[in-house]
Amino acid sequence: MTGSAESSFGQDLKAHQTQSRDFPAMGAGATLQTIVATDCGSTTTKAILIEKVGHTYRQTFRGEAPTTVEAPFEDVTRGVLNAIAEIEELSGRKILDGEKIITPSGRGGDPKVGVDIYISTSSAGGGLQMMVAGVVASMTGESAQRCALGAGAIVMDVLASNDGRLPHEKIERIRSLRPDMILLSGGTDGGTVTHVVEMAEYIAAADPRPRLGMSYNLPLIYAGNKEARERISEILGKKTALTITENLRPVLERENLVPSRNKIHDLFLEHVMAQAPGYKKLIEWAGAPIMPTPAAVGLIMETIAKKQGINLIGVDIGGATTDVFSVFQGIFNRTVSANLGMSYSISNVLAETGLDNIMRWVPFSIDEQDLRNRIKNKMIRPTTVPQTLDELQIEQAIAREALRLALGHHKTLATGLKGVQQERSISDVFEQKGSGDTLVDMLRLDLIVGSGGILSHAPRRVQSMLMMVDAYEPLGVTELAVDSIFMMPHLGVLSTVNDQAATDVFVRDCMIYLGTCIAPIGQGKWGERCVEFSLAFEGGRAPLQETVTFGSLRLVPLGVGEEATITLKPSRQVDVGAGRGESMERKVRGGVVGVLLDARGRPLQLPTEHAARIRGLIDWHKALNLYPFSQA
Amino acid sequence: MAHIYTPGLTVTPVTIVTKKRLLPIPGTVLVGQSDVVTSENVVARAELPGKVHVVNVVNQLGILPEDLKDFMTKREGENIRKGEVLAENKPFIKWLKTTVASPITGTVETVSGATGQVLLREPPRRLDLCAYVDGVVVEVIPGQGVRIETACAFIQGIFGVGGETWGSIAMVAEHPEDVLTDHQLTPDLAGKIVIGGAFVGAHTLQRAKAVGIKGIVVGGMHDKDLRAVLGYDLGVAITGTEKIGFTLILTEGFGQIAMARKTFDLLRTMNGRKASISGATQIRAGVIRPEIIVSSPSDAVPDAVGIPGSAKEGVQPGAPVRIIREPYFGRIGHVASLPSDLTLIPTESLVRVMEIEFPDGTRALVPRANVELIEG
Repeated sequence: MTGSAESSFGQDLKAHQTQSRDFPAMGAGATLQTIVATDCGSTTTKAILIEKVGHTYRQTFRGEAPTTVEAPFEDVTRGVLNAIAEIEELSGRKILDGEKIITPSGRGGDPKVGVDIYISTSSAGGGLQMMVAGVVASMTGESAQRCALGAGAIVMDVLASNDGRLPHEKIERIRSLRPDMILLSGGTDGGTVTHVVEMAEYIAAADPRPRLGMSYNLPLIYAGNKEARERISEILGKKTALTITENLRPVLERENLVPSRNKIHDLFLEHVMAQAPGYKKLIEWAGAPIMPTPAAVGLIMETIAKKQGINLIGVDIGGATTDVFSVFQGIFNRTVSANLGMSYSISNVLAETGLDNIMRWVPFSIDEQDLRNRIKNKMIRPTTVPQTLDELQIEQAIAREALRLALGHHKTLATGLKGVQQERSISDVFEQKGSGDTLVDMLRLDLIVGSGGILSHAPRRVQSMLMMVDAYEPLGVTELAVDSIFMMPHLGVLSTVNDQAATDVFVRDCMIYLGTCIAPIGQGKWGERCVEFSLAFEGGRAPLQETVTFGSLRLVPLGVGEEATITLKPSRQVDVGAGRGESMERKVRGGVVGVLLDARGRPLQLPTEHAARIRGLIDWHKALNLYPFSQA
Repeated sequence: MAHIYTPGLTVTPVTIVTKKRLLPIPGTVLVGQSDVVTSENVVARAELPGKVHVVNVVNQLGILPEDLKDFMTKREGENIRKGEVLAENKPFIKWLKTTVASPITGTVETVSGATGQVLLREPPRRLDLCAYVDGVVVEVIPGQGVRIETACAFIQGIFGVGGETWGSIAMVAEHPEDVLTDHQLTPDLAGKIVIGGAFVGAHTLQRAKAVGIKGIVVGGMHDKDLRAVLGYDLGVAITGTEKIGFTLILTEGFGQIAMARKTFDLLRTMNGRKASISGATQIRAGVIRPEIIVSSPSDAVPDAVGIPGSAKEGVQPGAPVRIIREPYFGRIGHVASLPSDLTLIPTESLVRVMEIEFPDGTRALVPRANVELIEG
């Protein structure tokens, strides 16, 4: 597995963006005092104000307004102005002069007028929707998919010579999809050209039309075998807005995704965004290129992982989609589960996971027909909120399943390169490891970052923590955090302009550390000894020594910024990360929740018998004081 | 949020609706500005490119791709009939000759010297775009379509399946709480838009299909019945293309829910009149809700009537509303007060609430997000 090209994505993107367009404020990063940033989402436009307070940047005010890409307004800037107007009201800072953003700040000598830069991300109008094509589905097809996903796109379909579809089926599919952009790859440099040319012929025969507008050709990026470029130009040059870039899989053993990703971002701005209502004006206002929202979130995730030298998983669970980001061994991956979400797609979570999987998290009985109707009613009225505790518990049960399914999907794509010959030692033979194994290793995972309404706005933070622990089943020692008010997109694009501002706000205002989860690996009879632990705290707090039994959860409060040394002595068949039965000592960090010892066993198995399962759930909820009734 | 607005469904006896009718690909507009059209009229037409068939000629003839052009009997752009020879080899011995026949009637689109494939295309298919509503063409968008304006009664549903259709309204339910049953769907309802009350089940929907009913409008249905009708579990609410034999519109939601009195009474006054309906629902950005449009003579429309959705104002005390989430799901009342402070609800969330008064005089505090204005 080689990931060198991937690991420099952040820097390459920043460098590319500063070179690719002439944005006046880009060089002024060091002098920025006030920044206004927006994320134009599919339903809401969220604005934040960042100000330099002393030597550090802080997020000070936020505002939001409905996104106005669609009728009757059909101008995205209307929603941006409304969201910024809300910040004006709250902060007392004059940012707007009629329908323009005042830049730079300090006009007329008044420090409370204007901002130094305006930046934005966008996923309005369904975000960036792409179709990708390769020759072999599991090789160039997958590489193209990873490339598009990493650039922030939703991948509508992956076409490949060996995808099992007949030629006319492929052509029909290409024609019916109407993506924003196509990425065509295939073949290693110098290899056979036949198959990638064949794919180009199918695309040409389909004569695909872009999603937005009728008057321009569909952007198509060719990033395949360089020997085929001439033929590709002949076939697709007149039928599409063709852009040729470096092969994204020049040799079998290496991906080179950065040039294609940069092209995707360029075309996103030049073609896709330029067609969306009001975006021409928005692009003019912005002091840095507008990024697709998931690309910005991915960038900030990648930056955190690199700066801290950690492996992480990030998740953004929205109404329609769930995005999962991971950085393992320095390799960044992103996937989007387009139909797993908590409102528009909530019914699809039920369809994919089944009723039993949802109900296993719910600590009461409910009639199946009633539950199915409730879920459908949430789908058709997506903005409603749970008013009662049982409704909240049902939504959080569904969220666990959406998170679990999306991570499963992510694991299948965040893999080493497939089809690569590997040198094997004798131990590899015994482990039966092949090429293309997932990179997601839960035991080596350091941090899980959650984002999205159901996680960021859970009434109690411990609910967010347990949702992620139940869904992801972290192994060993793992920290967890949530994004306070969903500002990671803003900070992602900000990091391309001013790294210090992005880092300051990220650390101080964006991330809410929940605490650390310790999950021993192994199974045992409920009530039997699982692990003995002792916690030595800093600052004179009395140490704690306890035994945790199988089937239980134990929460020890440890505040934000506090650390403790934990010593774990597991039972003979239990592994806490150092091997079966091996003791381990390490530092753990606290958070708004604390240190959670999860002795329910891994893999997590809930009792199959109905009454026992409900008893178990209620015990866990009480142990964590998860819901109001837990106090009783 | 500085602006409090709870979007609702429009139910109005008189309004002006403008429908944009656009072709999926460029074509020809067949009507002119100010033309009066009816729902059946074709307003624009396009030629959908025919299906493509791929023939791997080099494999069948045992030749190299670069030599393919020498073996073709038809060139790119030429017409060809099904069974006609497309390519053939030239052996020294006549009976060793191999020919490749065309599997379709159409044209030769591409002869590829790189892959050895020949792409044939069937003749284009004609796509006719109907007006869908009775009205007047107010704008022609050259090559793309038209905008049609109609003065009408306009009712939005919350969810639907099935596409655009039209027919006369048949009021079958006597009360909004009624359940639509099989025996009510008599053969004389064929081609009509049937208005039920609170509920329709899968068995009755089967009967509707057998009778040839064009549309059904009811308050609610069970999710399991929707699954039975569609044959699959609907995951994402993007509908309108289902081929289930009729168009189905729910005005309230899933479950057995009495149709809102205002909707029911308005539909009753429209009994026997022609309605255009669509089940298309899209609950994401650019929300599309199912609709019932009953066009009326334009002189019946007062000047002040606006287009639904364009004049959005905040919810005021006294406004009729529908509660759209448990524990009061489906109940209808009016806004008693709008407390401005955030209120702690049983989930421990702090939210903006509304005080709702129900017809029996009881009151409840409900999150504003869980209330829908009955507009119109």
